[in-house]
Amino acid sequence: MNLLRQGAVTGAVIGLFWAFVMAITVSVTLSFASGLGFRPGSLGCLILGIGGGLAAIYVRDARLVIGGFVLLCVALMFTPLSPILFGEGMPVLWQVMAALSFGVFTIWPLKVMLVEAHPGALSRHAFEDAVIRFLTGFGYIVFTAVVLIPFYVMVMTSLKSQQALLRNPLDFSIELSRGWDLFRSYSELFGQFNFGSYLWTSFYVSVLTVLITLLFSVPGAYAIARLRFRGRAAFSRSILLIYMVPMIVLALPIYIAFSMTGLRNTIPGLLMIYPVTTIPVALYMLQGYFRGLPGEVEEAGLMDGLSRLQVIWKITLPLSLPAMVSVSLYVFMIAWNEFLLAFMLLDDPSKFTLTRGVAMLNSSEIPRQHLMAGAVIATIPIMALFLGLERFMTKGLTAGSVKG
Amino acid sequence: MTVPTPPTTRGALERREARLAWSLLLPTITIVSLVIVLPLLAIFWISFKPVGLADLRPVAPVIRESLRERSGEMVIEYRVRNSSQQKEIVGMGFTDTLHDGVTLGALPEPCSVDGGLLRCTFGDVEGGFNERIRIPVTLDGDPDALEEIVERTEPAGFGSGNNILTNTEFTLDNFARIFDGDEFWSVLWATTFYTVFGTIGALVVGLFAALLLNKSFRGKGVLRGLYLFPYVSPIIAVAFTWVTLLDPFSGSLNALLIQMGVTDSPINFFGQRPLALIMVTVFEIWRYFPLSFLFILARMQSIDTDMYEAADMDGASPFQKFWYLSLPMLLGILSVLFLLRFIWTFNKFDDIFLLTGGNAGTRTLTVNVYEQAFAISNIGAGAAVAVVIFATLLLFSFFFFKYISREEGL
Repeated sequence: MNLLRQGAVTGAVIGLFWAFVMAITVSVTLSFASGLGFRPGSLGCLILGIGGGLAAIYVRDARLVIGGFVLLCVALMFTPLSPILFGEGMPVLWQVMAALSFGVFTIWPLKVMLVEAHPGALSRHAFEDAVIRFLTGFGYIVFTAVVLIPFYVMVMTSLKSQQALLRNPLDFSIELSRGWDLFRSYSELFGQFNFGSYLWTSFYVSVLTVLITLLFSVPGAYAIARLRFRGRAAFSRSILLIYMVPMIVLALPIYIAFSMTGLRNTIPGLLMIYPVTTIPVALYMLQGYFRGLPGEVEEAGLMDGLSRLQVIWKITLPLSLPAMVSVSLYVFMIAWNEFLLAFMLLDDPSKFTLTRGVAMLNSSEIPRQHLMAGAVIATIPIMALFLGLERFMTKGLTAGSVKG
Repeated sequence: MTVPTPPTTRGALERREARLAWSLLLPTITIVSLVIVLPLLAIFWISFKPVGLADLRPVAPVIRESLRERSGEMVIEYRVRNSSQQKEIVGMGFTDTLHDGVTLGALPEPCSVDGGLLRCTFGDVEGGFNERIRIPVTLDGDPDALEEIVERTEPAGFGSGNNILTNTEFTLDNFARIFDGDEFWSVLWATTFYTVFGTIGALVVGLFAALLLNKSFRGKGVLRGLYLFPYVSPIIAVAFTWVTLLDPFSGSLNALLIQMGVTDSPINFFGQRPLALIMVTVFEIWRYFPLSFLFILARMQSIDTDMYEAADMDGASPFQKFWYLSLPMLLGILSVLFLLRFIWTFNKFDDIFLLTGGNAGTRTLTVNVYEQAFAISNIGAGAAVAVVIFATLLLFSFFFFKYISREEGL
């Protein structure tokens, strides 16, 4: 432990780790961007990492360290000691770009991480700060990559042609020369696979689910939050209990009942079930919010001669508009993303919701880029809502996502 | 003078309030019991029944009618059959209306005419019953027009099949079947592994993400929104993306790994034991870490900063501050999240179903419900698994209410 806290050792170890992280990051990024062969070179990373870490500690002048390091990276580019190795026939321009970005993104953050470090024994504070800065940088890269890569692959695959995908699964560069043909999967989905109608079905099913849910849960939530009656505590517990019942357990009897009554394959059937899965969540979220509202305002309304229902309509609801938006968004999201029930209850392609339509695309006869285009179509509306109304959405998520 | 005492009975006002409360709750209670409580009771009933997928189609007589010429004679032909090959129908028969211009000739044995109604009865018939009834007729008018008139009215069949769902035949076979042998243990193992590691993983990863964003810098809002992506996007989209990305033949990740020299041949991530189970757990962590991240971040930001300043004055190092100050403050929310996520991961069906379909040792209890009921077409066994799930959940919720309701103030 004490040895590790020597400035030189700290610098070298952090430099070594960081160089590997950056070599992998740069290789993966460039591979995904160009489809060419980049891979990290262990020997180069070892030398440059330790060297960079030591230089960041021993050399005071930041410009000298950064400049020297980047130049060294470019110079080592054609030797086996290069931190990033290249496949056969790689254009020189890409090689230079790889070496440059590795150089800059390795030494610059290293200099920042080791800003408090110095030769000789480090204080516990300086040492932990350096480690934390390293972990923070590492964390940002890992989290961003892990979250972004699937979505990047999803969008890019949907723009590729079948041949290009088979030729090189790594090549995600956009072939701009194809022009509008890039969006061929999308036009085929809307043209031949009826995705316009699925989109519409999903939309109105989700909106109706939101409306029905609110219709049931607002009075219920108000009763639980404000009115005193025997069994209130038991009731508010049983709500929580209900939303712990997994859908798959209910789906089986519902499937049987619907098969026998002919409600399977109908949208009204779906609309009977969807709101019930969301009412407990909405009830739980709304009663929490109603409790937080000042009771005095409502009491004043009662004194002035309003009935309870009028109080709800004229006072409570306008006051809880933000909560209503959050709940609506959350319920919309659940209904839009719902897969299991749509999958089990709908067989007729003319009545599919979007998720059911995408599930249909998962077959060996339909090319992969169609599946990914379907995924993009399903994701975009919910993402647009999320990004546009993030404030409400996050609130809805935190308040209600005991479920999920 | 009398001392005022609180009323011992409920007053009129109180009763009115309770009445209003119940009437506001009534619609919710009705619909929830219809769609949740009723199916729950049904699943217990079904789990003791020998029901297969095919039994869902009710057994009924099927009758086709046609007017045609047969060896120079006009006949009305009824083809009567039992829709099931196995099950008998009790008291089967049919009735049909007679039409003007069509006069029936000699009636075959099971048929009789009664007040403008033709009635044929066959008594109790076995499965696979199939018979033709031919009645010679004399036509009065244009045969084609009459044919259309005759065939337009559908004969009405009657007779009741023995419905397996409503009779009193019970069996314990379903439970015997699902608890039988190695399969049950492998399902239990997959469920336990997935639930425990999925929950803990999502919590720990969420904690790290929250630590990263628990400071103010430019672009923080963007990153926070970005880290929520996996959770808000439709499961079907992200699951299929993972499948595409990790595909052994055309997947990008395998291409990348081969190019970097990590592996020589493509890895079948979702197709081999025990990797498939690990991968679906990783997917679970990936998809649900945003949730714990959001909760933990909210809790972190509400921690008083005074405490950290005091710790700074005392010379505490960053790790010490995290370990001795932040973590104890987060313990409450972490335990709430753990229990809730534990139950929800246990309940998860879609994710595994879409990623592997329950193959390669990833069949959890919830996936097993589907497998038994639809893949093997044994609804009864599926229901039995569902009952097991429900019983386990009751156990969990007992712990939940014992420990969590204090935290949540319910």
